[in-house]
Amino acid sequence: MSDIKITPLGAGQDVGRSCILLSIGGKNIMLDCGMHMGYNDDRRFPDFSFIAREGRLTEKLNCVIISHFHLDHCGALPHMTEKVGFDGPVYMTHPTKAICPILLEDYRKITVERKGETNFFTSEDIKACMKKVITVNLHQVIQVDDELEIKAYYAGHVLGAAMFHIRVGQNSVVYTGDYNMTPDRHLGAAWIDKCRPDLLITESTYATTIRDSKRCRERDFLKKIHTCVENGGKVLIPVFALGRAQELCILLESYWDRMNLKVPIYFSLGLTEKANHYYKLYITWTSQKIKKTFVHRNMFDFKHIKAFDRAYIDNPGPMVVFATPGMLHAGLSLQIFKRWAPNEKNMVIMPGYCVSGTVGHRILNGARKIELENKQILEVKMDVEYMSFSAHADAKGIMQLISQCEPRNVLLVHGEADKMAFLKTKITQEFGIDCFMPANGETSFIKTKHNLPIDTSLSLLKRQLMPAEESDEPDPKRLRVLHGALLMKGSRMHLSEPSAAFRELGVEEHKLRFTCNICSEEEGPVVDVTERIYRLLQREFPRSPVQFSTENSITVGDSVFVQIGGDEESKNILVSWSHQDEDIGSKIQSVLRPG
Amino acid sequence: VCLSDNPSKPCFILFFKGVRIMLDCGLDIKQIMHYVPLLVVPGYVSSWAGKIVHELKDCGGRLLVDAVPEFAIPAVSIVDLSTLDAILISSYNCMLALPYITEYTGFRGTIYMTEPTLHLGRQYMEELVKYVERNPKTNIASHWKQDFIFRNLPAPLRDAILPSQWKKLYTQHDVDSALSKVKLVGFSEKLDIFGALTVTASSSGYCIGSCNWVINSKFEKICYVAGTSTLTTHPRPVDQTPLKNADILILSCLTQTPLSLPDAMIGEFCVNAAVTVKNGGNVLVPCYASGVTFDLFECLSGHLEQCGLSGVPMYFLSPVSDSTLAYSNIFAEWLSPVKQSKVFLPECPFPHADVSNGSGSSSSSSSSSSSSSSSSSNFHTPCILFTGHPSLRMGDVVHFIELWGGSSANTIIFTEPDFPHLDALAPFLPLAMRVCYCPIDTSLNFSQANKLIRELRPLHLVVSGTYTRPPVLEPIELMQSLFMEPSPLTYKQGDVLSLPIKRQFETVQMEPELADTLEPIEVKQGAAVSMVTAELVARDNKYILKPLPKEAKLLGKRRPDGSLLWRKPYIFGSPGIHVIVDTLKQHGFSSLKVEESEQGAIIHLVKEDSLIQVDGASTHIKCDNEEVRLRLRDVMLRCLKQL
Repeated sequence: MSDIKITPLGAGQDVGRSCILLSIGGKNIMLDCGMHMGYNDDRRFPDFSFIAREGRLTEKLNCVIISHFHLDHCGALPHMTEKVGFDGPVYMTHPTKAICPILLEDYRKITVERKGETNFFTSEDIKACMKKVITVNLHQVIQVDDELEIKAYYAGHVLGAAMFHIRVGQNSVVYTGDYNMTPDRHLGAAWIDKCRPDLLITESTYATTIRDSKRCRERDFLKKIHTCVENGGKVLIPVFALGRAQELCILLESYWDRMNLKVPIYFSLGLTEKANHYYKLYITWTSQKIKKTFVHRNMFDFKHIKAFDRAYIDNPGPMVVFATPGMLHAGLSLQIFKRWAPNEKNMVIMPGYCVSGTVGHRILNGARKIELENKQILEVKMDVEYMSFSAHADAKGIMQLISQCEPRNVLLVHGEADKMAFLKTKITQEFGIDCFMPANGETSFIKTKHNLPIDTSLSLLKRQLMPAEESDEPDPKRLRVLHGALLMKGSRMHLSEPSAAFRELGVEEHKLRFTCNICSEEEGPVVDVTERIYRLLQREFPRSPVQFSTENSITVGDSVFVQIGGDEESKNILVSWSHQDEDIGSKIQSVLRPG
Repeated sequence: VCLSDNPSKPCFILFFKGVRIMLDCGLDIKQIMHYVPLLVVPGYVSSWAGKIVHELKDCGGRLLVDAVPEFAIPAVSIVDLSTLDAILISSYNCMLALPYITEYTGFRGTIYMTEPTLHLGRQYMEELVKYVERNPKTNIASHWKQDFIFRNLPAPLRDAILPSQWKKLYTQHDVDSALSKVKLVGFSEKLDIFGALTVTASSSGYCIGSCNWVINSKFEKICYVAGTSTLTTHPRPVDQTPLKNADILILSCLTQTPLSLPDAMIGEFCVNAAVTVKNGGNVLVPCYASGVTFDLFECLSGHLEQCGLSGVPMYFLSPVSDSTLAYSNIFAEWLSPVKQSKVFLPECPFPHADVSNGSGSSSSSSSSSSSSSSSSSNFHTPCILFTGHPSLRMGDVVHFIELWGGSSANTIIFTEPDFPHLDALAPFLPLAMRVCYCPIDTSLNFSQANKLIRELRPLHLVVSGTYTRPPVLEPIELMQSLFMEPSPLTYKQGDVLSLPIKRQFETVQMEPELADTLEPIEVKQGAAVSMVTAELVARDNKYILKPLPKEAKLLGKRRPDGSLLWRKPYIFGSPGIHVIVDTLKQHGFSSLKVEESEQGAIIHLVKEDSLIQVDGASTHIKCDNEEVRLRLRDVMLRCLKQL
């Protein structure tokens, strides 16, 4: 039995920089290729030298699979394909392929042009990298090569997010990427069928959280914003351009509609406009409700939400601004934050997870004084609120997914170590299956055990399955025994009837027959003796057919033949049987032999 | 079994491995030709002549039935449809009869189709339903179907096939309920049907979301190819690889207009439309709500721009035009690579969306479903109007023929190949407007089909009988029929074909515990044999071999019902005579006398008073002494191989 080997290069007991190496049935696959938001040095990319000390990776990896477009899942892709060197196929869904290059380009601009870094991947690198991408549809089974096949399932996390089912021969793995088990305003819930993989690799961002009802959270969110703007405050919502932003926009849009509010809502320009356009085009990837209504009104045509301009930062009066990026680590959102932070009327709402090392993470942990890059100290007086709107599965959702696909083993990634450990015990207890949580660079081995597929001749199978008589109801509980010859030729295995197998092999079955003569002094007519022996044999072999055949002879079973001859005084009993009925034959002898 | 008469609107049922699958469910709507057109505006004064017989009308020298139109559904009575396990739909053109099957027959299975097929198919059905329901007719004509009347009717009507089996159209409720049984599939998704079969859809390139079905068991492969197009239009191109090397290839939906090439026809269409518009006339295009219509939009707007006519408005009038246009723009995954790459920009894959989005000088999609009489005044003439239904028996097109038919400046251009245009026009004659016929059918023509067959190399081919005969009218054309070796199996409606597939093997899973206990013996170079006796568990059409349970082993060596041993010994080999003799000697039998004959040899064991007859593959031991016999047996087994 072959093993499955897992080595996380990133996201092992950590969030960010998702990159997991999977080795299954002799194939090597890279699951995601992300960057880490918390670092600005070499640590932001996975350590590719683990795969190959130097040189290109094309020979080492069969394919790369990207689950969705978030940078912590695809941010290192151009670096890997162009700088390190990989020419093999990269798989992702259509929306991911559409949005991914935009985010990468944006990320590149920020790092290279703002921070002036060199030795970073270029626009050309991104383009060249995207040329290697092969798109997959949901549920489409793609043969990467003769043995390796992958299939995408809906994951719900963001537009185009997918879980991947990877199969080589009998071994299979499901990689979830990030997913969400509860449907929201604009995306459906993740779904997978009962595919019983050997291993489920699942994210565990919210391994210990069980979130209260969504409705409450949303009401809370709206109330807070409403009070803040009523008091003349400004609300900053740092978001990533795609995903939560759209969800919250829909939420605010409908609230503004309902409450007839006039306070302006802004959305940082550029990226997001384009992003909304993508949502319009990929309606099929969104939720049921949006799909139904899009013909009359596309949910992503917002009435109240307008584009933001840098000049608006110092505009007087209340406003709500969505600004990127979501963790306040750079860009517009940080700029606005710096401006608004000293005013206690204002509020910042963090709607998602913040990686350690970012400004977002620090203020969420209660820091009121933030040191900025240029050694300046920023005093934070504004309200800081955290509301978990990120579309990750919570503990309940993870358990739900496990029971949905019934894996034989679970492996946790993309979460914090102590939280993982808690979830691990829970999984082991509840499902009675093994659970792994390797750290970065650590390898987990998962043993697999599988049935062997054998080609069986239909006639053999039918004979066993057909009831002996037409009237017989098939009884599922009855023990059905199959007896056949297993023929192995090279790697092919055939199970067929023994005679057929011998024929195919060109081997003749050797017929070995025995004949014994037993003399008996018994008196009386031959017919009577035959009758007596017949009854005797019937008694002795209740489970075998005992029959008269020709005159004075009896057959038992398939091949045993008893003939009685002689005269009134002495009888000559001839017993003959083939080797296969050796046990019957020798038994008859011992029964019939006088003494 | 084939249930449909029209090879372009197929409906098959396949029985295979105990599973019943219906392939496509096409509705033949040609019959509507026999009915009086349904007016858009009730009470509109029509110029048609009065009744001849009750229920029948004479229109332009033809007898037509004046009643609620009825349709010829597939011959469902042949099979008990409640036993159907699944229905596979290849494209939205081939699913219009679904509600008849799912709603009135006790059908309990699942319907499989792709997402675009579902949505666009729903639009087609709703369009039909709306057209028919829009002007309710109270009378259902049935008198004319009676034999004695029917036989005396004049020609075109008399040739109708089995009108007594025609059915009224389903309702909106039927459509919803039928489509709620649909399960969506993606291209090359492997679906499991009761563990017995896996079915896979692969792109067929005919229209958005259209597919060919590959039905696989572990050892056999049946391909169902319907409406395939090798031309490049807007849908995703045909994927031939999964169809290769099938045991059986079922081919249907070949082109209905083998004589006209689509490209040339599109060109002609554009030219005709442009000329008409230039001369101040209106162009009327009866069409379906999707499919080639989208290509026409694109080509025509391009052509008009070239001619400097980009100011001419194009209208698309149908109760569902809004929906189909919107849907067409969100199915990027199902479109051709060129269209797909547009979405990455991001841009709408079809130009009509951009245009109708507001910048619209050249075309706009208007959907005024019920009140088209009022909206017709809103059209800026001259214009180009796409509208349904192509049969000219219902829909807005009826109204516009009445409206524009009188002027010779106007043109009507037929593009849909489903209906003979002369028959369609018959009730409206005489017409002053120009009539053009540019049928565009992108499905395979015969030479393409032959090429496809050569590439796919199926073992057997199944096609409609009509495809194998050259048409009567054009005997000169040689490429009009299909040919293949071995000659294809043909069908006609109601035929039951038994397909030449012989199943021989089935996959059985063996548990590793059992596999560990086996000790295969190498019989020949590279071939080993092991006897297997195991418990067979059959569940959900999957078979698993498990080691025998312990209780069963304790029961003894006999099976409860019979004559076989648990482990029946098998011996084989044909040792030479001297081998046997040598072995016998080694085991203490000394007084041997060997008698060789032609058949074999006889070994006399003088002392033991026994005989061994050896004859190639059989040995016969005659011995009266049990102890000696057992010794002899062991010696023989030493010379042979045992399993």
